[in-house]
Amino acid sequence: MSSNTLTAAEASGPHKPAAGFEGDRHDNTVGGAVRGYLNKLRAGDLGALPAVLGIVVLGILFTALRPDTFLTPLNLANLLVQSTPIIVLAMGLVFVLLLGEIDLSAGVVSGVCSAVLAQLLVQAGVAWPIAVLGAIATGAVIGVFTGSLVGIVGIPSFVVTLALFLGFQGVTLRLIGQGGTVPVREPVIRALANENLPVTLGWILAALVVVAYAGFELWRWRSQRSRGLAHQPLLLVVLRIAVIAAVVVGVTAILSVDRALAAAIDLAGIPYAVPLVVLLLLVLTFVLSRTSFGRHVYAVGGNAEAARRAGINVTRIRVLAFVISSSLAAISGILATSRLSSVTPDAGAGNTLLYAVGAAVIGGTSLFGGRGRARDAVLGGLVIAIIANGLGLLGVAAYLNFIITGGVLLLAASVDALARRRAATARR
Amino acid sequence: MSALEQTPPTSSTLERPTLSLRGVNKSFGAVQVLHDVHLDVYPGKVTALVGDNGAGKSTLIKSIAGIHPIDSGTVEFEGKPVQLNGPRDAARLGIEVVYQDLALADNLDVVQNMFLGRERKRGVVLDEASMEEAARDTLTKLSVRTLKSVRQLVSSLSGGQRQTVAIAKAVLWESKLVILDEPTAALGVAQTRQVLDLVRRLADTGHAVVFITHNMVDVFEVADRVAALYLGRVAADVPISEVDRTQVIELITSGRSGELGLASDALED
Repeated sequence: MSSNTLTAAEASGPHKPAAGFEGDRHDNTVGGAVRGYLNKLRAGDLGALPAVLGIVVLGILFTALRPDTFLTPLNLANLLVQSTPIIVLAMGLVFVLLLGEIDLSAGVVSGVCSAVLAQLLVQAGVAWPIAVLGAIATGAVIGVFTGSLVGIVGIPSFVVTLALFLGFQGVTLRLIGQGGTVPVREPVIRALANENLPVTLGWILAALVVVAYAGFELWRWRSQRSRGLAHQPLLLVVLRIAVIAAVVVGVTAILSVDRALAAAIDLAGIPYAVPLVVLLLLVLTFVLSRTSFGRHVYAVGGNAEAARRAGINVTRIRVLAFVISSSLAAISGILATSRLSSVTPDAGAGNTLLYAVGAAVIGGTSLFGGRGRARDAVLGGLVIAIIANGLGLLGVAAYLNFIITGGVLLLAASVDALARRRAATARR
Repeated sequence: MSALEQTPPTSSTLERPTLSLRGVNKSFGAVQVLHDVHLDVYPGKVTALVGDNGAGKSTLIKSIAGIHPIDSGTVEFEGKPVQLNGPRDAARLGIEVVYQDLALADNLDVVQNMFLGRERKRGVVLDEASMEEAARDTLTKLSVRTLKSVRQLVSSLSGGQRQTVAIAKAVLWESKLVILDEPTAALGVAQTRQVLDLVRRLADTGHAVVFITHNMVDVFEVADRVAALYLGRVAADVPISEVDRTQVIELITSGRSGELGLASDALED
């Protein structure tokens, strides 16, 4: 900000007497960090900006158009639950997109896995944990198959997954039966999207998340500073913690209000699906940013030849990315099954995949590989869910719904392509 | 071999070579690319490897890097005979190659690139702090002052800075021999200066350096020795002080220059 901040930060940090790397010290000031961020934006790396803007603008738009229904606790809870299958599917796609590949079959794989889940529960009558494991294992096996065709045989992922997109619809149809619908009444599965955490437990979890996040961020800041490593200014770290805390507390507060339409029923608390998504977000963020596997995924997406020369097994990374994508598709299928309490022959077909790809790309994951995070799926998934939910409240005709959602995906892809061009020209 | 080593050394060969090639041959099918190659590379010295296109420079460095194992001849590393049957053998000995098309990932930062494929971990978690410190130490040791931050993305670096990172990456691994494949080929004047300074410091910190280039100015700027390849043979492997520019160019283009170079019978077949 001011030169005072700069000197204060310079004086307080016990930096190593480094030659060069002024940036590592200048970035410690808020002014430097803001300049760095603006430079990043100018170079075409928009990060979370489009998604956050999208959520705010669409939120205002739909609140203005449907003031009585959009911003009610009931609708917001509904919207969050609606977004969870999209988010989880998009989380898996992030891994594949990071490699610069595409998985067009992710949606129908979620359909196949939910069909497996339904058959295990209803036909075989097994306990829910076994059915869930069966569904996820199905996803993982499909991922090995897809990944091997792409990584080992060397068929472009676009072609492999397009073929599987068609093929797996047939598998779901066979499992569920023409025109049939398998109802899933298993209480635990149903509860995921239809039941809520007790309000007190919700608050405890929310507090835990905030405290853990704040603790981790502050601890990291301190240790980076004491070792003289590159670190952000404290103000920025605190600001980020404040934003996260505000969002978590705000959402928990809204969801803790009794949102039942009838006075006789008590409907309050965080839907079980929400903490599940938060858990997945934490795990996947950890995998991508703190493990060597995650690092190698970025490296293969950024420059596969460099990764190969660095001794990274590129084929293994490719196969694993598809395994993760398909396994998360299975979890997405379980969430969708829970929400609908049934599995239909066209589960995961239609616009499921389009929504998920749109979510990842709107969130900031590049279609060209090398750039993306797990949180992109969450932010982009919320944008997509707000659009679907809002258009539903407006009672827009189905045809418009398709056109608008397709348009949003095109817009996000255009932003991605332009950002990439911008980054390429900014370099030289 | 011992007979060769006991031949009266010139002043610069008093030290034991880091890498010593004797009678190395390499063919691809019917085409013999390397003929009876003798080459000594010394610690703390920059050896410029020059030669026209097709003279066998690339094949020679790929043989040293273990990518193209040699057909016959001996390779000694620090006085011990070694087999180089793969890139891993070379890396284990401390041989690092910086290729012309840089093996860097644009979307990763400087530290991440320098440790790519060899990340330091604590348990399953990446040890970012120790990697950042080591990367910075290495860059500081090489007196690299042009980088603003070690957490900068490589995509935001200039050509010279990228070359610098690629070289620093090679040094990070306690390498003893660093082979640079035309590191200044695509650079401007100021950036070439940076890289040449870095090559010099690399040698000053005790590394044996092989520097491949087509640029005579670079050769006389930075090299201590020059090895000229002509049609797969070493025409000369001499201290830079014993040759001038014209002689080096003659060695490159005709394999001979006055007393230096290949005997005429070798040139005929």
